[in-house]
Amino acid sequence: MSAIGGGTPTPTARTVQELDQEESFGGRRRFLGGWRRRWNRMARWQQWLFLIIVLAAIYYLPVANPWLITTEPGNDFPISCFQMAVYALVGVGLNVVVGFAGLLDLGYIAFFAIGSYTAAFFTSPDSAVIHIPYLWTLPLAIGIAMVFGVALGLPTLRLRGDYLAIVTLGFGEIIRILATIIPAAKGQVGFKEVGHPPGTDSQGHPIFSVSNGTPWYWLAVTVIIVILMLVGNLERSRVGRAWIAIREDEDAAEIMGVPTFKFKLWAFAIGAGIGGLSGALFAGQVGFVNNQKFDVATSMLFVAAVVLGGSGNKVGALLGGAIVAYIPLRFTAIADYKYLIFGVILIVLMIFRPQGLVAAKSHLLTYSRVVADRVRELRSARGAPSRGTPVRPAAHAADESTRGGAE
Amino acid sequence: MFATLLSLPAALPASVHTDNSWINFDVNSLVQNFWPATFDGLTFGAIYALVALGYTLVYGVLNLINFAHSEVFIMGCYGVVATLTTLGFGPSAPNLSLWAIILNLLLAMIVGMVFSVVTAFVVERVAYRPLRRRGASRLAFLITAIGASFSIQYLIFLIRGSNAEPAVTMFIPTPVFQVFGAIIDSQQLTIVIAAVIMMVFTDQYIRRSRVGRGIRAVAQDPDTATLMGVNRDRIIVTTFVIGGILAGAAALFYVMKVPSGVIYNGGFVLGIKAFAAAVLGGIGNVRGALLGGLLIGVIGNYGQLLLGDSQWSDVVAFIVLVLVLLVRPSGLLGQTLGRSRA
Repeated sequence: MSAIGGGTPTPTARTVQELDQEESFGGRRRFLGGWRRRWNRMARWQQWLFLIIVLAAIYYLPVANPWLITTEPGNDFPISCFQMAVYALVGVGLNVVVGFAGLLDLGYIAFFAIGSYTAAFFTSPDSAVIHIPYLWTLPLAIGIAMVFGVALGLPTLRLRGDYLAIVTLGFGEIIRILATIIPAAKGQVGFKEVGHPPGTDSQGHPIFSVSNGTPWYWLAVTVIIVILMLVGNLERSRVGRAWIAIREDEDAAEIMGVPTFKFKLWAFAIGAGIGGLSGALFAGQVGFVNNQKFDVATSMLFVAAVVLGGSGNKVGALLGGAIVAYIPLRFTAIADYKYLIFGVILIVLMIFRPQGLVAAKSHLLTYSRVVADRVRELRSARGAPSRGTPVRPAAHAADESTRGGAE
Repeated sequence: MFATLLSLPAALPASVHTDNSWINFDVNSLVQNFWPATFDGLTFGAIYALVALGYTLVYGVLNLINFAHSEVFIMGCYGVVATLTTLGFGPSAPNLSLWAIILNLLLAMIVGMVFSVVTAFVVERVAYRPLRRRGASRLAFLITAIGASFSIQYLIFLIRGSNAEPAVTMFIPTPVFQVFGAIIDSQQLTIVIAAVIMMVFTDQYIRRSRVGRGIRAVAQDPDTATLMGVNRDRIIVTTFVIGGILAGAAALFYVMKVPSGVIYNGGFVLGIKAFAAAVLGGIGNVRGALLGGLLIGVIGNYGQLLLGDSQWSDVVAFIVLVLVLLVRPSGLLGQTLGRSRA
C-alpha cells in the first residue's frame, strides 16, 4: 500500500465493509479506490518491483528536473524538492497524532521550531552551548521535542480533545514569542551557520551546502523511509490498534481496557519527535534559524496537509505534505494566497470529503490480505454482479460470515 | 517554555540585566506599579471577558471551541475603525462635546457589532451547519473551525495588508479618582462599567428569557430539547449572534484601549487569552467568563511587569491555562451552561 515506504509492502489491512464501500459507495466509485484494488491484487514480487521503480524515480527527481513539474525559475528545484520532503515528513509525523490517534495538534510548528533551535543551539558558532556534530542533533532534536510533547500532553490529554487543540494552538504561538523575548534565543538575529553532515566533494567544498538541495533531499527521503518503516510497524502493532480504537471511540476503547491516556501520550510524543526531526533537517539545509519562520499559520498548513492527503493514511499524509509544499513553490503567483486557499480547502474537505485524497484504511486486521482474498473468492463464487451496483445481497452475506474475525 | 522555567537563577535578585540570561526578573517594577497594573489589568480583563463569553456560549450549546470567534472579534474591530475613520476620528482625539463623543462611540459600537454578528452568522451557516447536517465527527468540527479562522484571517490580510490599521483615538483619558495611589481614568472606568453591564445583562437574559431557556436546554441535552419543541438550529444561530454582539462591544473597547492594535492576526492571541479566561472561570459558565477574564487580565499584567516585555503577558496567560487544566479542569466556578438554574 505505501508507495514509498520501502519496508512496508505488506498488504493492506481492510475490513469487509470497506471492500463494500470502496466498490459501491452510494453507487459511486471512490476516488483512487481503483488504484488500491489494483495494488492489492498484485503479487508480492510485483509490489516490490513497483516500489523499487517508484523509489528510484523519487530519488532521481531533483536530478531529472522534469519539464512542467519543475518549480524553476521561481524556486530552485532541488531545494524545492527538499522542502516538499520536509513537509512530507511533517505530514507523516502529524498523521500519527491527527490521523491515527485522532488528536488535533494545531501547534505542530512548535515542535518543528524546537527541532530547528536544537540543531542551531548545538552547532551554530553563534550559540554559547557546547557544540556537537550535526547528525547527532537529529536524535537530540527528537528527544527534546518528545520531552516538550510529553510536558504539553500530560495536563491536556486527560481532558477532551478540544482542550488539546487550543493548548497546542497557544503553544505554537508561545514558542515563537519565547524565541523573540528570551535573550538566549536571539530573536530575529538568530543563529547563522547551522551545522551540516560531514563530507566534501573533490574540490573540497562540503557536499551538504546551503545552495545545493539534492544531497539534503536524498537525506530527507532516506529519513522518511526509515520513519515510515518505524511508524508502519507501530501502526500494525498493538499500539497502532490502540490508537485507532481511541480515534474511533475513546470511551469504548477505555471500556475495552485500552489505557487511552498512555497511548494518546505516546502518539503525541512520537508525533512531536518526528516534528523535531523535520525541524532539525530543515534548519540544517537553510543554515539559519531565527524567530521569523515558525508562525502558527504554517501549523495550519501542516494540518491541511494531513487532512488533504487523507488523515490516518501514511501515503496520504506524505502526498498531502508534498502537495501543500509544492503548490506555492510551483505556482508562485498564488503563493501569497496559500493560507486562504488551504484554509478554505480545510472547510470544503470536511464538508464534502472528510477522508481526504487517499482514504484511511479501515483497519485492524493483521492477516487482512488473507481475509480480503477469501472474501473476494466468496463473492465471485456467489456470482456477485458487476461493480458499481449499490447493494448486493451476496456481498452482505460475505460480510456477515467474516465479520466476526474482522472486528 | 518549561526549560526556561527550570533555568531560573536560584536566588532571585531584584533586577537582573545580563545579556545572556534566560529570564530577567524585575520585582521592583512589579511592587512599584502594583495598583496601576491591577486596574489596567482589570480593563483588559473586561475585554477578554466579553470575548470569552462568545467562546463559552458556543461551547455550551455545540460542545465546540469556535476558533473562528477570534476572527469574529477582529472583524468587529475593523468595523469600529472603519466607522470612526469615516466619522473623522484620527490619531489625535477630536475636540467634541461629551454627548457627541458618546453618540459617535455608540454608532461605532453598533457597526462593530453588525460586522461581528454577520461574521459569526456566516461562519455558522457556511462551516458548522453543513457538518451538523452530516453528523460529522468532533475532529471534523475542530478542523473546520480552524479552517474558518484562518480563512477569515487571510481574507482580511489580502484586503487590508499586513500592516495594522492607522490608530484611532476616541478621547483623551482624564483622571477621575484615585485608589491606593493609583489613578483611575475615564477610559478604564468606561470600559469596565460598560463591559460589566453587558455581562450582567447577558447573564440575566440567559437565565430569564425564553431564548435563554432554549439555550440552556440545548446545552443540557440537544436531543431532548428538540423533542420538547426547541428549534435547535435557531438556538445555535442565536447563540452565535449573542457571541457576535458581545465581541462587537469588546471590539470597541479594544480599539479604545489599544488604538493601533487592529491587524489581521490581532484577534488570534487575544482569542487564546479569552479562551483561557473561559476555561479559568469554568467553560460554559457565563459568570465564570467574567471572573476568568478579569483574572487573566490582571495576571497577564503582573507577568508583563515582572518579566519586562509586553509579550510575556501572552505567555503568562498560556501558562495559567495549562495550570488550570492540570489542577482544576472544570475551572474556578466549574458549572456548565446547561446546569445553571433560572
